[in-house]
Amino acid sequence: MISPSFNAIVPMLCATAGALVVMLAESWRARGERMPLGVLGGIALSAAGIALALLWDQQASSFGVIVADNFGIFVSLVVVVAGLVSIAFSSQVLDRDGIPRGEYYALLLFAIVGMMMMATANDLLVVFIGLEVMSVAVYVLTGIRRDDPRGVEGAFKYFLLGAFASAFLLYGVAFTFGLTGTTRLDGIGQFLAARSMSSSPMVLLAMGLLLVGFAFKISAVPFHMWTPDAYEGAPAVVTGFMSTGVKAAAFAAFTRVFLSAFEPFSADWAPLVWYLAIATMVLGTVVGVAQHNLKRMLAYSSIAHGGYLLVGLVAANQVGKEAILFYLAAYAVTNLAAFGAIALLGTADRANDTLQDYRGLWQSRPMVAGVLTVALLSLGGLPPTAGFIGKWYIFSAAVSAGYYGLAIAGVLTSVISVFFYLRVVVMMYMTEPAGTIAPPVVSRAALATLAVTAAIILYLGVLPTALLDLAAASIDTIF
Amino acid sequence: MLSLIPLLPFAGFLVNATLGRRLPKGVSGGVASLAMLASFAVAAAAVRRLAGLDPGAFAISETFYSWIASGDIAIDLAFRLDTLSAVMVLVITGIGSLIHVYSIAYMHEEPDAAFARYFSYLNLFAAFMLVLVLGSSFPVMFVGWEGVGLCSYLLIGFWFTKKSASDAGRKAFVVNRVGDYAFVLGMLLLLAHVGTLDFQAVARAVAPQAPETGFGALSIVTLLLFIGATGKSAQIPLHTWLPDAMEGPTPVSALIHATTMVTAGVYMIGRNAVLFSHTPDVLVIVAVVGAATALFAGTIGLVQTDIKRVLAYSTVSQLGYMFLAMGVGAFGAGIFHLYTHAFFKALLFLGSGAVIHALGGEQDIRRMGGLRRELPITYWTFVVGALAIAGVPGLAGFFSKDAILFETFARGHVVLWIVGALTSLLTAAYMFRLVFLTFHGTRLRQGSGEAASAAPRDVDAHAHGGGHARDHGGHLHDAPPAMALALLLLALGSVAAGYVGVPHALGGGNRLHSWLEPAFTASTATVADHETADDAADDHGGGHGADATRLELNLMGVSSALALFGIGMAAWFWLGRRDRAAAIAERAGPVYRLLLNKYYVDQIYDAAIVRPLVALSQVGLWRGLDVRLIDGAVNGVGTTVSAAATTLRRIQSGSVRTYAGFVLAGVILVLGYYPVIEPIVRSMASVFAWPMGR
Repeated sequence: MISPSFNAIVPMLCATAGALVVMLAESWRARGERMPLGVLGGIALSAAGIALALLWDQQASSFGVIVADNFGIFVSLVVVVAGLVSIAFSSQVLDRDGIPRGEYYALLLFAIVGMMMMATANDLLVVFIGLEVMSVAVYVLTGIRRDDPRGVEGAFKYFLLGAFASAFLLYGVAFTFGLTGTTRLDGIGQFLAARSMSSSPMVLLAMGLLLVGFAFKISAVPFHMWTPDAYEGAPAVVTGFMSTGVKAAAFAAFTRVFLSAFEPFSADWAPLVWYLAIATMVLGTVVGVAQHNLKRMLAYSSIAHGGYLLVGLVAANQVGKEAILFYLAAYAVTNLAAFGAIALLGTADRANDTLQDYRGLWQSRPMVAGVLTVALLSLGGLPPTAGFIGKWYIFSAAVSAGYYGLAIAGVLTSVISVFFYLRVVVMMYMTEPAGTIAPPVVSRAALATLAVTAAIILYLGVLPTALLDLAAASIDTIF
Repeated sequence: MLSLIPLLPFAGFLVNATLGRRLPKGVSGGVASLAMLASFAVAAAAVRRLAGLDPGAFAISETFYSWIASGDIAIDLAFRLDTLSAVMVLVITGIGSLIHVYSIAYMHEEPDAAFARYFSYLNLFAAFMLVLVLGSSFPVMFVGWEGVGLCSYLLIGFWFTKKSASDAGRKAFVVNRVGDYAFVLGMLLLLAHVGTLDFQAVARAVAPQAPETGFGALSIVTLLLFIGATGKSAQIPLHTWLPDAMEGPTPVSALIHATTMVTAGVYMIGRNAVLFSHTPDVLVIVAVVGAATALFAGTIGLVQTDIKRVLAYSTVSQLGYMFLAMGVGAFGAGIFHLYTHAFFKALLFLGSGAVIHALGGEQDIRRMGGLRRELPITYWTFVVGALAIAGVPGLAGFFSKDAILFETFARGHVVLWIVGALTSLLTAAYMFRLVFLTFHGTRLRQGSGEAASAAPRDVDAHAHGGGHARDHGGHLHDAPPAMALALLLLALGSVAAGYVGVPHALGGGNRLHSWLEPAFTASTATVADHETADDAADDHGGGHGADATRLELNLMGVSSALALFGIGMAAWFWLGRRDRAAAIAERAGPVYRLLLNKYYVDQIYDAAIVRPLVALSQVGLWRGLDVRLIDGAVNGVGTTVSAAATTLRRIQSGSVRTYAGFVLAGVILVLGYYPVIEPIVRSMASVFAWPMGR
């Protein structure tokens, strides 16, 4: 069974090597010396990206537990892009906020390793290891500003509850192993398909526990409580990274486990996920409307978007599966743009992340305001942006699979959600600048990155077919 | 070539959005206007080409690429110019150009940056509106549909320093969201039901079927689409945003909230004439809602005191006419009225803008009067517009309104015809009330007439943000050349536009009707054997035997008489002795107050929907769901206590335990689902037929 090939883990090795080099560089750094750690991280991630691209259509598998199929590669690429964009925003922000550069980049890269592992894992235990590698790094990143009480608080809550949820996931793995005698996803699938053991309490228990573990990581209601605190407390670049990378990786693992290993029991888990999806969409939207802090609002928005992704998972038809992948990519770019803009607007002594801080931004920082507008409209699902296409796919998948309730709830919540996204737009364009806060200095490189993300959002809205074809090709390899 | 039509204004938008604040006003206004004029020229050329085509293939299509294609969904990004969209495109670019030119003069006192911002929004609006009408499928139309909405909110709230303006923008947004919700659901259901969203393909798929009786899937689709239309086109019960939208600059009211965007709902129904014809029950709803809105808004227009609000209610009322026409299946008549209405309503709005401009922001007609000598151009053009909308024979509104009323009557909807005729009486009355109060009599008649009995309204007299005040006592300036030009051209249009649709009964050829005909049928031979409702009506009304001609002439006589009677009524009350109006208002106190307060619809919505939602949000709903809203303490935290202590305090204060409790509760729910919850749901499902989908 064990395949000697190492090919499938090359992307992870690239990122790991990058992280190690960053750590070593940091420890050898003379006091006051500046090292291009961000560039190192960028090189490592680019290498990982190239490796992923080369693995496309190769069906590479390492030791049977890591499978670099197109699905995994697609998600890994999303994660790598999220990492690259975050690094591009980071340099300026790290200096400004006094965040230790070595730790930051090393943790970012380790988190990406964990994410790629989750996306390509073909074994429940490897999923778990990936999840922990990712999570531990992200916990620390959340609280990396040790002098910021909100950051520390958010990180602490995230860590405690995350540990709690991981325990459930691990129990789920244990029960699954007890039931089937294997932790390999393909093995579990074969075992379950071969024996008809529907409504066996053991299967339901194992599935339920795994579901809880994944639901926590994708912030599905009622396992979402950590999200607003962690997203608000973390530096905005970190929030941008974890709201996209963590979500993509967790969703990839979730989708793979439930649509391949537990596919025979979809009739049992789909109704549960149906409720989770409705609750997640509704709560994320309704509570989001009441928020005045942009990061917190986007945290609820991120919860709601998790709900839309769950809709795709319930629908689970061809369109739905493609929609999940497209949505993950579209959402990643959009959220990176939004949080990037927020991060760049902060100053050393002020985060500038409340709604009032965006007064008249169009006049003081037209470029950032423009990008943020595009990102918010995309999050709201307005055409012609990536978010519109993503939502369109998700909802039409739900309708064509006959889940009218999900489509009705989804369209309703996305219609309501535009309210809070547009509130920011109104603040930027339809108020006079407050004038008291000095406009932050935004570097050219960061501005260029912002412009690129906005361009991608519009590109995916106007010409989505290329990415949709990739998503379709990714789906074909595993389901 | 078609893509140039929206791309030109879009290019104008880009120029003004990026460079605008550095450009002088002449350049930014000129760029925007030239972009529109160029777009108009391209549109005219395209329509000329269309007119030269073989009637069998009466459309120009331009497919750019496959936009959303995957699985069983295939949507092209494509434009399609057929006879219907040709009318719309000409109206949008033609009248749009005039309004752009007019705006250069109207907005000249804005600072450079705001001026450029204004024109960038206006251009962007035009680009989206053109996408809306050129799109060959629902999703492409939806791009425009949402885009024009966005521009509309931005322009309503353009003078955002005024609270009423930003409130109005928000209201427009919220009300429209209700409509958009229905519209998106309608699209999704249509896709699931018919398998395509291309207008032509939908028509071809539906045409061979028999009309759906009762409320089946197709009826739900058209009903949802119609609810979307009521949002965009301000019909009952989603009409409340349009009068408030008058907080925007007047040219915006003219372009967006009178002639183009608000007609999108009518256009959408016309675009899907075949689909709607197949759901006759929904068409009845469309007709009834349209007629009811026409009458309802007309009565409100009779007592309003803000010049733009009168016109706004008049717009709502006229849109009601168009929906009435669509509802009775007279799609051609509805679009005809849309087209003539664009001229005279743009004229009336721009005329009111000239008045407001001259009076330094005054909008209350009780404080106007006697302006006809000082503003002759404005006066005469306004009168032409008023005559046209009143339906006085020979002007544009007469022909289109007659077409609607005749078709309504001829198709057997006598009650709806009575409502429509009554509305045309009201239209004439409130329009000439406006004319007489504004331009006749003497100025500054505060305390006389109906002002005495009117409940005081807080009219914000400074639409121009205070920067525009002129001496009310001194000499007033009539419209400057750019504005006068637009007024005169539109006046010309208000007279002449109707002659493309002179009915057979008057010896005309009703050329517009036959021009539009192909757009309302599924365009292939497969439907030759099937008679759509529209065809049936043609045989009925359009066959023009002697009886039909006599009927049409009689109806025409009735509506002309009503129009003249309405004008006479207005003259009786408001031209000579205005105390007559006051006396009537006094005697019919409750009715008067009911109308003045717009049937209290805003108050009812406020009490029934807004307040409960606000209360819910403040009291309960998210208090327990979000920690920051529970204690609200975050802002003060960290200033006195050290970070670690704060963190500890907060953890001990229970939020982590609460969170863990939530996780645990979630686990219990998930694991308890199978043994406990599912059996309950299943038993409920058997009782209530739980709509859980598959």
